[in-house]
Amino acid sequence: MSKLAPLGIAAGLALSLTAQATPTVEELAEIVAAQQEQIDALQRNPSASRTHIGGYGELHVNFVKDADNAVDFHRFVLFFGHDFNSSLRFRSEFELEHSLAGDGAPGEVELEQAYIEYDLAPGRVVRGGLMLVPVGILNETHEPPTFYGVERNRVEARILPATWWEAGMAYAGTLAEAGLSYDLMVHSGLAVDPDSISIRSGRQKVAEATANDWAGTARIRYHGVPGLQLAASLQYQLDLSQAADDGVDDALLFTTHAIYNRGIFGVRALFAQWDINGDKAAETQRDRIGGWYIEPSVRPDPRWGLFVRYEALEQKRDAEETNTVAGVNFWLHEHVVIKADYTVRENPDDPEVKSVNLGLGYQF
Amino acid sequence: MIRILLALLLALAGTAHAEDVILPPDDFLASAFGGAPPPARTLWVTGELRESAQAILGHPPSSLRVRYWQDSGRSAWILEAIGKESPITAGFVVENGELREAEVLIYRESRGGEIRFPSFLRQFPGLRLDESGLSGHVDNISSATLSVNAMKKMAALALLLASRS
Repeated sequence: MSKLAPLGIAAGLALSLTAQATPTVEELAEIVAAQQEQIDALQRNPSASRTHIGGYGELHVNFVKDADNAVDFHRFVLFFGHDFNSSLRFRSEFELEHSLAGDGAPGEVELEQAYIEYDLAPGRVVRGGLMLVPVGILNETHEPPTFYGVERNRVEARILPATWWEAGMAYAGTLAEAGLSYDLMVHSGLAVDPDSISIRSGRQKVAEATANDWAGTARIRYHGVPGLQLAASLQYQLDLSQAADDGVDDALLFTTHAIYNRGIFGVRALFAQWDINGDKAAETQRDRIGGWYIEPSVRPDPRWGLFVRYEALEQKRDAEETNTVAGVNFWLHEHVVIKADYTVRENPDDPEVKSVNLGLGYQF
Repeated sequence: MIRILLALLLALAGTAHAEDVILPPDDFLASAFGGAPPPARTLWVTGELRESAQAILGHPPSSLRVRYWQDSGRSAWILEAIGKESPITAGFVVENGELREAEVLIYRESRGGEIRFPSFLRQFPGLRLDESGLSGHVDNISSATLSVNAMKKMAALALLLASRS
């Protein structure tokens, strides 16, 4: 039936009612039903519902002992998505970091996701484009209301390095009865400086990136018990510096994590480690880079929760950095959070850093 | 590398087009009523019921009418809620004010599909609606928080609607 037909029925009934002094209850019910059918049809209008907008953001204030305090609108992110049909969709994430971008400005405008996703079958999809690499906890799920602490943990920021996106193709699926999900991704690789071998600085962000040597990532996650997630990822990079004969060769990243939420209690733990081949990597003691953290938490009320987190990471052998963080989240709404924490950072090369941090975050 | 990409594209081209329908709504209804679902009925979500539904969803219900199926004190509800970007279609069976079954029927989000896992869905049977919402705790899936929230809201809405049917 035409979408306009209900309007016609309603109009016809209305006209007939004008000829009668008082409509019956049945006639009124029929008019209302016809109008409702039209409303429903309008709400199903594909052009109105196929394009989606979302976003998240976070403002941070850092009070640092014996150093300058800082205030920063750290991330302002917009999601744009479009469903071409029920099986083919586009998803993207566009970010302004540190509020101001441009020459000499502290921030960056970044395209962090832009991919096409196609449903192969129930529970199985293939993606192509610019995507988040399936490693760790925060790399894919980092909206502020979903995690504790004003700043993201340093293990995932420095070692994985979140947020980490690459261009490539991915295949993902679920085995529902077994409680398993899996991801396979073939993608562009890092390009670390052979002198510093900084993993985080090696992100090319798919910006006119060198693509001589690609990489592959596989992940498996287990959700077979309510509240539990166990995951492991393995990634192989053909050449971590994208250049031959520079002393930095292929590399393997292994990461695993566990998340368990039971009632008001929760705990997250993660381990990540790079094994990097090459003479220069060995000479500079950066052939093994890694770290771990554990974060127990309690949420006595949906509106607030407490946590502590201990992080240990080595970006060079025998140069361990530790971070101890304790704090609180207040959720004004399930999608709006106020955060406060106290952080102590220690490493062998720098003085101890103590800070009180405040944050305001949202998602929609 | 190019060969790998070509192989992936060829594999994709040879794959049948399929929406992510996990459990067809007709199959859900047949299962809920022993193979013979009763005719659909309509519940008008107006007045105080609309306000209660809005309190659960956090926004006004998208429709003034909800179709449902009821027989011998057992009712089935097929509802939709948006997780992050797209609607999730779920089915709920309610009997004596208590959830008997929760199923994800059609999943359209890009991430969070783990809510279809039996280990998650088996937390719903036995839950009732009390003053604070669902009577029991539903443990979250950390990578699917928005989809989990959508399922919890739909479950509470099904219990509310069943109490007025």
